[in-house]
Amino acid sequence: MSVLQNILKQNPKSEDYLIETLLSLQDAKDEPCISEEEIADIAEYYGISPTRVSSVASFYTLLSLRPRGKHVVQVCRDVPCYLNGSENILEAVKEALGCDIGETTADGLFTLEETSCLGNCDGSPSVRIGKKTYENLDSQKVKEIISGYREAK
Amino acid sequence: MVELKINNQTVQAEEGKTILEVARENNIDIPTLCHYPDLHIHSECRVCVVEDNWGNLVTACSTTVRDGMEVKTNAPRVLESRRVVTELMLANHDTNCTMCEKNLQCELQRLASNLGIQENRFGSVWEKKEIDDHNPSVVRNPNRCVKCGRCIEVCKEVQGINVIDYMNRSHETSVEPTYGRYLSFEDCTFCGQCSSVCPVAAITEKDETDKVWEVLHDEKKHVIVQVAPAVRVSLGEEMGQEPGSIVTEQMVAALKKLGFDRVFDTDFTADLTIIEEGHELIERVKEGNALPMMTSCCPGWISYVEQNYPDLIDNLSTCKSPQQMFGALAKTYYAEKEGINPEDLFVVSMMPCTAKKFEAAREEMSVIGDDPDVDVVLTTRELGRMIRQMGIEFDRLDKTPFDNPFGITTGAAAIFGATGGVMEAALRTVSEVVNEKPLEKLDFETVRGMNGIKEAEIELGGNKVKVAVAHTLSQARKVAEDVRKGKSEYAFIEVMACPGGCIGGGGQPYGTTNATREERIRSTYQVDSEMEFRKSHENPAIDQLYKEYLEKPLGHRSHKLLHTHYIKRN
Ligand code: SF4
Ligand code: SF4
Ligand code: SF4
Repeated sequence: MSVLQNILKQNPKSEDYLIETLLSLQDAKDEPCISEEEIADIAEYYGISPTRVSSVASFYTLLSLRPRGKHVVQVCRDVPCYLNGSENILEAVKEALGCDIGETTADGLFTLEETSCLGNCDGSPSVRIGKKTYENLDSQKVKEIISGYREAK
Repeated sequence: MVELKINNQTVQAEEGKTILEVARENNIDIPTLCHYPDLHIHSECRVCVVEDNWGNLVTACSTTVRDGMEVKTNAPRVLESRRVVTELMLANHDTNCTMCEKNLQCELQRLASNLGIQENRFGSVWEKKEIDDHNPSVVRNPNRCVKCGRCIEVCKEVQGINVIDYMNRSHETSVEPTYGRYLSFEDCTFCGQCSSVCPVAAITEKDETDKVWEVLHDEKKHVIVQVAPAVRVSLGEEMGQEPGSIVTEQMVAALKKLGFDRVFDTDFTADLTIIEEGHELIERVKEGNALPMMTSCCPGWISYVEQNYPDLIDNLSTCKSPQQMFGALAKTYYAEKEGINPEDLFVVSMMPCTAKKFEAAREEMSVIGDDPDVDVVLTTRELGRMIRQMGIEFDRLDKTPFDNPFGITTGAAAIFGATGGVMEAALRTVSEVVNEKPLEKLDFETVRGMNGIKEAEIELGGNKVKVAVAHTLSQARKVAEDVRKGKSEYAFIEVMACPGGCIGGGGQPYGTTNATREERIRSTYQVDSEMEFRKSHENPAIDQLYKEYLEKPLGHRSHKLLHTHYIKRN
């Protein structure tokens, strides 16, 4: 049975589990993104239209319909982080990665994204990489964190 | 009951009502944009904000009234807030209003004008996006979309299809099919309900009036037109009259003024449909074959079955729709009779429907080579446009009857436009043909009206037979599911894709609501009750057509010209 079929079987067959299904599927894949075929399969399983599934998937910044790098770097762009200098953080991340917002690095290791509030305002400015949130950042810390990921591969 | 004040005026209101409802009941207007009668309220646009006595700006469409509430609908803060959201929408909009299909009929334009917007503080961030005009029926123009969500609601909740939806979020939000695809016959039924609720010109019918003007000005062409039953009870509205106005004979006069050589009535081939479909039903019941039989006059429904219920294709009647029966007869029988070379004959339809454009373009709908039987289909809205372009004063036209040979019709055909009408017309004929005695009562009231699924029972040759009628595709789905599971207890099922049937079609005048649908339905039955003949099998012109040309129902010629087959999609 495919990864997706396994995930679908874990929950009751109800549209209410759509987001959970999408998240588990993305987590289970090497490439953190949902493909067009998967959208179609999920839609068929729940008896809803593929448009509905891609609408939900495209709404949440946690989910992606575009292929992304192994590590997704999300810089918070909401107000508290902004007031604490997220503008500089974004610049530092861009420099460390060598790519712009929405782009993936040539080695396929990182994709840079903006995100709305990570719920970590007391530790602003914050950045999330994959599932881990980094807080109270400055340019130097950003550099070190990214290098860490590069070395670990 | 609660008591509240709106603009210092004390009003009583029923608990649970929204501020918008209560204000309108008291003749206080609050502008709206995303709100639409009969659809769920999502408060997307924030145009209807009002100020309450607790200092909040709340959306009038979704906030319920409370005792002691004091609402200001026009406070300076309210007006400013409305202007801001409207300017923001305009900043991301193709604002070339004079070059827009919806010019003077657009709700955004009216809103901006009422708010007195003459310049936009936010400038413009609009970037041209691709227009989807890759199907015969509807055009999606994202450059005009205000993301109100009405089309999504209608497609998802009323039709149960959900071809289009919001994609992405925030300022990147768009309304489109999955992966930005074009609307296609794989999932869209082209019912056009989305186009009829869109407040702007972001989804419209595909305008083909130019093609018709061109042939009308071509001396060599013999141009004939057929008009669907539902148009005579809605064109008046398009021309500014009250909903439900019956304008049959003014409409014929207008079409003559536009330059059509002959003006015919689709009601004639609706009668013919009843004869063919009625006999088909009798045969199927006798043989117990492919029951329940399902009607086939609605191309939106046909697409829906082809896409979602390919296993039920055999249950569909093989009869072409009245529009296509007309086209096939026009290009053969009529052309022969009048001595016209079919190549010089141009057939136009006036329909309440955008799906009819798709139907006419289907490959199967050509009896002579690959020349389409119906060359161009226009909607009620496009017909209105042509009448206005010509400068015709619609209200002052003399009454003119339809031309022959496709002008003599019955009340049974007239009701084809309303949900339940095809069923009622069929029951009138089938029952008399099988039972060989006249019906005591012609009116089958239980299949009429706006209920989603309706039933009736009749006696046929000593057996009781149950039939059902569904309108909107979300209701049709319920009936189709039962058929698929073998649980259906019906012998015959009528489906029309649009709410209320064709009188509520996707090509009908803008602003169609269930209230206006009710008016059109009322008028439809009035037309029926006033007809000389009220049963299709009593139409003398149909009799003559069989004698002269078709020989007998379900005969060889009928099969060639009046019946069709369907295709699995998707
Ligand atoms: S035409 Fe009908 S089926 Fe197609 S998108 Fe519009 S509402 Fe949906
Ligand atoms: S296409 Fe029309 S109805 Fe649909 S969201 Fe856009 S403006 Fe609203
Ligand atoms: S119900 Fe009538 S108007 Fe609506 S899609 Fe069907 S044929 Fe067209």
